Amino acid sequence: MIVTLLDIVIAGLLMGGIYALIAVGLSLQYGVARVLNIAHGEFIMLGAFITWSLYTIFGIIPLVSLAISSPVVFTIGFILYRTLFTRLRTSSPSPAVFEGKSMLACFGLLFIIQNVAILLWGAEIKGYSYLAFPVDFWGAKFAANRLITLGFAIVFGSVFYLFLARTRMGKAIRAAAQDPVAAGLMGVNISWVLAVCFGLGALMAGLGGTLISMSYQIQPTMGLEYTMIALIVLVLGGLGSIPGSFIGGFLLGLVGSIVTYLQPGLSLVAYYVLFMLLLLAKPTGILGR
Amino acid sequence: MAILEGNGVTKYFGGLAAVSNVDFHVEQGEVVGLIGPNGAGKTTLFNLISAALRLKSGTIKFRGIDITGFKPYRICRMGVARTFQTVKIFPNMLVLQNVILGSYFGMSPRISSSDAPKKASEILEFVGLSRVSATPARDLTLANQKRLEVARALATHPDLLLLDEIMAGLNPTEVAEAMELVVRIREKGISIIMIEHVMKAIMKLCDRIMVLHHGQKLAEGTPQAIATSEKVIKVYLGERAHAGS
Amino acid sequence: MDIPKVISKKPFVLGLLFVILILMATSPLYATRYTVILLTSIFMYVVLTVSWTVFSGPTGYVSLAPAAFFGAGVYTSALLGFVLPLPAVIIMGGLSSSCLALVVGALTLRLRGIYFVMFTFGLVELLLHFVLWWEVNITGTTGRVVPTVGNTMVYYLMLTILVIVILIAYLIKRSRFGLALQSIGECEEAAAHTGVHVTALKITTFAVSAFFMGAAGAIMATRWTYIDPRIAFNPILSFLPVLMAIFGGMGQLYGPVIGAAIFTYLEEFLITRFPYYYMLIFGIIMVIAILYLPEGLVGLTQKLWNRIWGAKHGDP
Repeated sequence: MIVTLLDIVIAGLLMGGIYALIAVGLSLQYGVARVLNIAHGEFIMLGAFITWSLYTIFGIIPLVSLAISSPVVFTIGFILYRTLFTRLRTSSPSPAVFEGKSMLACFGLLFIIQNVAILLWGAEIKGYSYLAFPVDFWGAKFAANRLITLGFAIVFGSVFYLFLARTRMGKAIRAAAQDPVAAGLMGVNISWVLAVCFGLGALMAGLGGTLISMSYQIQPTMGLEYTMIALIVLVLGGLGSIPGSFIGGFLLGLVGSIVTYLQPGLSLVAYYVLFMLLLLAKPTGILGR
Repeated sequence: MAILEGNGVTKYFGGLAAVSNVDFHVEQGEVVGLIGPNGAGKTTLFNLISAALRLKSGTIKFRGIDITGFKPYRICRMGVARTFQTVKIFPNMLVLQNVILGSYFGMSPRISSSDAPKKASEILEFVGLSRVSATPARDLTLANQKRLEVARALATHPDLLLLDEIMAGLNPTEVAEAMELVVRIREKGISIIMIEHVMKAIMKLCDRIMVLHHGQKLAEGTPQAIATSEKVIKVYLGERAHAGS
Repeated sequence: MDIPKVISKKPFVLGLLFVILILMATSPLYATRYTVILLTSIFMYVVLTVSWTVFSGPTGYVSLAPAAFFGAGVYTSALLGFVLPLPAVIIMGGLSSSCLALVVGALTLRLRGIYFVMFTFGLVELLLHFVLWWEVNITGTTGRVVPTVGNTMVYYLMLTILVIVILIAYLIKRSRFGLALQSIGECEEAAAHTGVHVTALKITTFAVSAFFMGAAGAIMATRWTYIDPRIAFNPILSFLPVLMAIFGGMGQLYGPVIGAAIFTYLEEFLITRFPYYYMLIFGIIMVIAILYLPEGLVGLTQKLWNRIWGAKHGDP
């Protein structure tokens, strides 16, 4: 009985680590750059497929290939912001209009990226095996790749937290999140910072995709579900709170693990039920402002 | 009977008390002024009355009925209308359409589709905007936009009108016109609460003035009493000479 | 002859619409089977796009749920197709979508618009997962059969729904509720303080718009004859109506109609020649439309029209 509970908790944390990562990425994009990126899942998918290609074609092992895939995904996000979203921002009469338009633009991007992926890699399911051997962890067996995933998510989360708290760029991002205009007046190069945030958000999505590809099968249409999960984590943690998204990710992972144990196939439904409860009781989430 | 009554009205934003235990009342037909430094809680109080915000504690009664917790549309239909500090007109709708919305939805009982345009035109005539009735609201001058907000509020057939700084940003001529409009509204029997920083207007138009400071009621009384009150002068009004003019 | 004056005269427009309606009503008699099927698809997309615009156009609350409501209608058709006569099935399809919309609206429309967007975004995938789970674990079926109906019948049913939805959209727009919906989009707080019961109006309008999407789904199911959750709940059917409305322009009623007609035909044209590229192209058009066509095609045409004819009348 106890082993089963531990099984569930750890499985929840393993998935939660990925959820936390992708949610923080989306939180950066929405909370700071004010773009509700509903194409977020497509960046996750890109990360997964780039990793797959680098591994199956060039034999570069997944965690090392991050050195290639991360800058690529970051750059795509960065350029997208500097071109498309900056243009939208300057031509929108109000922040509310910008939020609406940028969300719709992301809707278009969703189908663009997804179909580019289908054209490049084909529509079928793919996968690869890497570090798939089981590891004994307090009596329960888990695949090594999944444990590495969790470790990685935690390490990355901590590094990112330190980045936000200690570095100049991190402070600039936090300032921009609170008040972009004031930050700009204080000498922060706002358009640069916002683009970096968007790029970082995309990078985290790509990272999540890489980690997912290590343990699961992938296909070009995988993104939508992850976007939904990221959105729900955002609401759970509180819109605009980056630490909230991190914690919320792990919480949702636990919920998913419990539900999958009781009734596999219903985890997404359970997430939505949680979403509905939040809407009814506390839309601002656990750490929301 | 007091048309509006508030007891122990309190509202917190986080840890800060924006409005703290304020009692107030407005008698039928009165014009009450609400003054105080910026951040004193004046607009917050309006937001609490019109239900744009929810009270933390206390009660507000309109015509003896407890309206705490009612939704804004219901309070409007009961007879409380307001304008906003930052003008909130419907920019892409025509001036007439802005007002007619008030006729359609703010009146209780419901008005027919044939009567509404007539009523709306009458109101535009009353506030002096007939000339521009077919103009998109965004093309109006600031003074006229404020006038339009008042017209829209009047279209809902209110017994109590909350005016939030309708004279802010107006030149002296426009201020005089606005003051004259307030007098005409009062003559129709509508009770008014007005938030204003233009002291000349407050002193001239109001029967009674309430002063808020840091969310609390600092003083209340006739314009003369307020102008000569030591407390108020210290906090807000500055020179005695200023207040008198 | 003063062309703008003639075209804007009411009898002219009504006469034109009447002629178009007669043409549409009689086309199965002389058009090819292919044309009838194509027209049915166009009608379907027009219904989806116009219904979407009824709510999301004036209020600015972007619903990403059309696919979910359409799918609900499809499934209703599958569940009730052999039990009830077709007209009843279609109405039930519409009603089930409306009920779904009422729930979604009650949950999200009391709150900021962003929650509405997020919730409707995931709705189609949620329903897909749920129905899939249900069919696998509870009913044991995967996929259902829908009773077939002839192409001509489907054509006329869709045309009927089309006429009704356009009529309703027109009536709403002209009524006090149309004005109220617009006021919600322009300044919701002021609308609430002007006596508009904003939440009730939003939820009701959302439910009304969902009805037609469900009805369209119920009708189209009969053309497919076999459906499963993946066929019924297809995210592309959320994307296309939004694209068509934005591209066509939401200011006038005929904007979505034109947008739907153009893209349905484009889809037909491209899906055979560039089967993998056409959605990519649509995505790009969406982004371009958001960037450069804020008023849509209709808005652009109006601007050009004013430039050509406006000068003649001395307009600035």
